[in-house]
Amino acid sequence: MAAEVLTLGKALNLGLRRALERDAKVVIMGEDVGKLGGVFRITDGLQKDFGEDRVIDTPLAESGIIGTAIGLALRGYRPVCEIQFDGFVYPAYDQIVSQVAKMHYRSRGLVRLPIVIRIPFGGGIGAVEHHSESPEAYFAHTPGLKVVTCSNPADGYTMIQQAIASDDPIVFLEPKRRYWEKGEVDAEAPAFPLHSSRVTRPGADVTVVAYGPMVRTALDAATAAGEDGRQLDVIDLRSLSPLDLSPVYDSVRRTGRCVVVHEAPSNVGLGAEIAARVTEECFYSLESPVLRVTGFDTPYPAARVEEEYLPDLDRVLDAVDRTYGW
Amino acid sequence: MPEVAREKPVAQDETLVQLLTPDGERIDRATGPDGTEYSVDFTDDEYRDLYRDLVTVRRLDAEATALQRQGELGIWASLLGQEAAQVGSGRALRPQDMVFPTYREHGVLYCRGIDPIMPLSLFRGVDQGAWDPIKYRFGLYTIVIGAQTLHATGYAMGITKDGKVGGDDGEAVIAYFGDGATSQGDVNEAFIWSAVYTAPVVFFCQNNQYAISEPIERQTRVPLYQRAAGFGFPGVRVDGNDVLATYAVTRHALDHARGGQGPTLIEAYTYRMGAHTTSDDPSRYRPQAETEAWQARDPIARLATFLRRQQIADDAFLAEVDEEARKTAVHLRERVLTMEDPAPGSIFENVYPHGSPLLDEEQARFAQYRQSFEGSAY
Ligand SMILES: Cc1ncc(C[n+]2csc(CCOP(=O)(O)OP(=O)(O)O)c2C)c(N)n1
Ligand SMILES: [Mg+2]
Repeated sequence: MAAEVLTLGKALNLGLRRALERDAKVVIMGEDVGKLGGVFRITDGLQKDFGEDRVIDTPLAESGIIGTAIGLALRGYRPVCEIQFDGFVYPAYDQIVSQVAKMHYRSRGLVRLPIVIRIPFGGGIGAVEHHSESPEAYFAHTPGLKVVTCSNPADGYTMIQQAIASDDPIVFLEPKRRYWEKGEVDAEAPAFPLHSSRVTRPGADVTVVAYGPMVRTALDAATAAGEDGRQLDVIDLRSLSPLDLSPVYDSVRRTGRCVVVHEAPSNVGLGAEIAARVTEECFYSLESPVLRVTGFDTPYPAARVEEEYLPDLDRVLDAVDRTYGW
Repeated sequence: MPEVAREKPVAQDETLVQLLTPDGERIDRATGPDGTEYSVDFTDDEYRDLYRDLVTVRRLDAEATALQRQGELGIWASLLGQEAAQVGSGRALRPQDMVFPTYREHGVLYCRGIDPIMPLSLFRGVDQGAWDPIKYRFGLYTIVIGAQTLHATGYAMGITKDGKVGGDDGEAVIAYFGDGATSQGDVNEAFIWSAVYTAPVVFFCQNNQYAISEPIERQTRVPLYQRAAGFGFPGVRVDGNDVLATYAVTRHALDHARGGQGPTLIEAYTYRMGAHTTSDDPSRYRPQAETEAWQARDPIARLATFLRRQQIADDAFLAEVDEEARKTAVHLRERVLTMEDPAPGSIFENVYPHGSPLLDEEQARFAQYRQSFEGSAY
């Protein structure tokens, strides 16, 4: 396949299709994933082409989706579970945290659970409550789980396939407000390792670390900063657990300045972890403390104020400015 | 390979409490699966009031759908087709009773005498549906499927603890949920808890045949009302498009609960005539013919037929009701359009009853940040 321009949603759909073709043990399960193709149409057409045995409309029960996925995995299947929205993963939290995450450890490595839990996450779509949350820290905090997130169609296409092929249970976070953004997908392009971060836009002045929906925001900020003569080094983390911070350290050793951006609240979040590690590794290179641009430490607010809550270009630039204030 | 029956249909069950047929024929009394007899004894005025409720609720719902189409609401969950289930059960409540709704109970809310503007702030996105559940005896809309059934059970346990069952002033609780919700652990736990504690709660399941795209076969192999037996309390299926039967069955179950006899599961058999929400496209998963067949069981048309035939209402009355409903809807629209957007700083309010130092700090920084744009082109 030559390179194609696809939306993130379509790229994920294609990646899932490839995974279903490649391995007969791959099954997709979730609410409305079959006939409807999912509320975001990420599984569109898959049940029609692969049948109801492989693309399964489940009862409306998230704990059931993950709990039965564990049983299926024990039978040699590779379940790809869809949780309809971020705010609806919590009924499955016990199965994910107490069962999925610990099975390998408890069995002394005898049991592997190659389960992928896809969750559309984050805000910015004007939704009602429970449809805009960023729960990544809960999962990244849980040993035994891996957590990744894609920010663009090319990564969506490859990362979903890598996640399905992985022997680890993986929480796969999809930035829902970016589902409709387009980018080039080249099926033959060499894939980066799943758990690697990447510099998406090089720059010498300030390191900006982002992931998922905030990568686009960081890139827009970089464009704006460039016009003012400041070059931002934008790093897309891609993997939230494990974190691949060496590109971040390399960057910060050059820039001396670091801003971490995420939608989730700041308190005890990913940004805190990154700031701590960058401080430990790059202490003598830092010209200013590592700054965080995040959602506030409140529940996700009503749609008509969400733009105030979400980090945007201006808030990123404001933090970039502040790194010069020390 | 042996044949496995994977697509077993839901067991057919014709049991359905009905007091008004789709053709508008009045049935004097109906018997439930446990032998309970149901009937209603309404005055002409009461019949007309029920009709007015049904029409108004449908008209307000249509207005909300239109408002969403025009970009004035973010999303809307229409109750089209479920008016009788909601008005019948809503009117069966006594003032002291407590309601735990989902996100679709606009008709119940209306019957409680609550201003229909109240939930629109949630769907417009100006707040998260903030009202005082105790004042209105109507809980917050609950989007997380099934969660409210446990809240209802706990509230009902509180009623028992307060000694408010058994007497004339007995209270009861009604928990609304859908067919899809019956698969959730929370709902099944609510059944268990309420049974174990003989809690005065009525579980009112509107089986509208779908959970978004998934038909009822994806949730159950038995008619939903039959599940109650396994938990140890009565279950009854009522024609949810029959406002009279729904009223009778709900009133009976509520009185049973307030009398200290414990929970009942009511399955109101109905149909979601519209999309799941304004974001949904039902043509992707259900045949038009099915929807059309349900059109013949419309809850409002059958009551109109009955009222006319009995000369309880004439064309002039029906037209007047339509006109009144239209005015109510116009008034609703005007007020939606003038709803104010929340102040940015409101994000920080009410996270905790007594605030928090972290939030104080964030809010101060936020205010400062916003101020930095003042006077700029931004
Ligand atoms: C825990 C949870 N999972 C998923 C959803 C997404 N969702 C919203 S409504 C719905 C279907 C509900 O079906 P049903 O219970 O039959 O109620 P209806 O909408 O038909 O009234 C789903 C899956 C949710 N709100 N909460
Ligand atoms: Mg339903």
